[in-house]
Amino acid sequence: MTDISTQKTTRTQGKFDHLIYVLRENPVTLLAFIMFAFIILSALVGPAFVPYDPLETNASRALQAPSWKHWFGTDSVGRDVFSRVIVATRLDLSISVAAVALSFVIGSILGSIAGYWGGWLDSVLNRFLDTIMAFPLFVLAMGIVAALGNTIENIIYATAIINVPFYARLVRAEVNIRRDAGFVRAAKLAGNSDLRVLAMHIFPNALPPMMVQVSLNLGWAILNAAGLSFIGLGVRPPTPEWGIMVAEGANFIVSGEWWLAVFPGLWLMFAVFTFNLLGDGLRDLVDPRKRT
Amino acid sequence: MSLRAAQSIPVVIGVVIISFLLTRALPGDPAVYFAGAAADEASIAEIRIALGLDKPVIQQFFIYVGDLLQGDMGQSISSGQPVASDLANRLPASLELTLVALILSCGISIPLGILAATRPGTWVDHLCRVLVTAGVSLPTFFTGIVLIYLFYYLLGIAPSPIGRLDFISLDPDHVTGFYLIDAALIGDWETWLGAAKQLILPAITLALFTLAPIARMTRAAMLTALSSDFIRTARAAGLSNRKVLYVYAFRNALLPVITTLGMVFSFALGANVLVEKVFAWPGIGSYAVEALVVSDYAAVQGFVLAMALMFVALNLVIDLLYTVVDPRIGFVAK
Repeated sequence: MTDISTQKTTRTQGKFDHLIYVLRENPVTLLAFIMFAFIILSALVGPAFVPYDPLETNASRALQAPSWKHWFGTDSVGRDVFSRVIVATRLDLSISVAAVALSFVIGSILGSIAGYWGGWLDSVLNRFLDTIMAFPLFVLAMGIVAALGNTIENIIYATAIINVPFYARLVRAEVNIRRDAGFVRAAKLAGNSDLRVLAMHIFPNALPPMMVQVSLNLGWAILNAAGLSFIGLGVRPPTPEWGIMVAEGANFIVSGEWWLAVFPGLWLMFAVFTFNLLGDGLRDLVDPRKRT
Repeated sequence: MSLRAAQSIPVVIGVVIISFLLTRALPGDPAVYFAGAAADEASIAEIRIALGLDKPVIQQFFIYVGDLLQGDMGQSISSGQPVASDLANRLPASLELTLVALILSCGISIPLGILAATRPGTWVDHLCRVLVTAGVSLPTFFTGIVLIYLFYYLLGIAPSPIGRLDFISLDPDHVTGFYLIDAALIGDWETWLGAAKQLILPAITLALFTLAPIARMTRAAMLTALSSDFIRTARAAGLSNRKVLYVYAFRNALLPVITTLGMVFSFALGANVLVEKVFAWPGIGSYAVEALVVSDYAAVQGFVLAMALMFVALNLVIDLLYTVVDPRIGFVAK
């Protein structure tokens, strides 16, 4: 018993050392973690700290350029762009986190079943995933939202559906190569049911590559959701959301009021960039061979 | 080759099934929707029979497939035209934009990837890495708006971002529907220049978006190819650097690059919708967006189906390209 516990501590110790090592070797990953913390923070407490009410209109201060009073300027009805951009973080992040969580769960279940039992289940699932992948994904998301109805929940479902194939394929591959491994046979001999072996012994092995996928996917999901609301799906004005703010600001760009579209757009880019950097960093952590 | 073509049949069937489900999953009762706001019970029932909605779902599906085989995608409510002819009219605009953008982006990203792979650690390599990470984070619609601001508002060198031609010029005679080709065919270089000017900003926007994955894959594939044994042998045999690079390494690196191109095309088709909206480009993407706004579902679903079929066909072409690039790949062996 003591033997195992000491082994465990050295292993976590080793992982921790590895984390420190990777962060020291690659300051970009450290930067990504800091940026990530900033985004999470502004989603959690941002709405409490913004200087203005994001929905409060005031015609007397419409279309003001950025100043000390209004860092990102004001929009056509006098709302403070900075407050709106910060408040929007929570909505944009919730949409993408919810979508990615959904596709994580659905993809894990489908992929585990297909990878563990194989056979006709596997071929049916593969056909189904091939069909989803045969659509240009953003276009499929448009079609799904158009069919299900124009709400934020349906944006989440649509984004989840187009991301399921990535998770399902990953889990299927990871489960498939382990289904006859020694530790799996041992677990079965010890009297564990198939389901228990699959969930407790095989599936956890797929988690590290899944985490990388989650981080990269969060970036795509934000872009996707913002793109959908840019073309007028899902989020409705006056709700602050990055895609919709860029869309509203686009009308003013030809007359030179650049701050309306540029700041929400930059924030969106910043968020996506953070998740992409984080994904690359996590990949270094999980699989040192795949470093680019 | 015919075997590979046969492999895409189940995918096409799946695509048709999904788009059928999408059309039948309309919010509420489609009959009520198509009958309009002022309809009473009787006219709704009439429409339901006219649309075949009173029949079992399986039968509805076969009617849908039968219609599709005759090229009938239903009627667009907003334009009053059949969806299929609307899409066919607007398709050349989208294709022209996408193709010019892809040519532009391949023209930049492949040389960049090769340079980065042959000179690892230099500024070209770093530039490539920065471009690749920043490129995938760029929201297309945002890049487009920034470009409009820079080149139209600040510098004033781009024409106003509305449509394929400014309103003074007349459309060139319809031959291919590609303005650049049509104008060149009749030798009307003024129109050609006008069309090119309108095209360049949206094309750059789309190209910036597709640059990253191609450059990244070219760099990785070239690095793999350059570190392999046959390159060492070729160098040892005294072949010139140029021959080793382009004939030996690049030919072998081309395969993963072509695979990436297929994926990039999928992204580009999606991003096309956003770019067309930003630049008021009269392609099928902005058609779908306009249809979405007025809840013209037949048009949206026709668009989704058309895009998917186009993408399946493209994947087929790419797989066939493999055999041209790499004769070792045979589909019979699979």
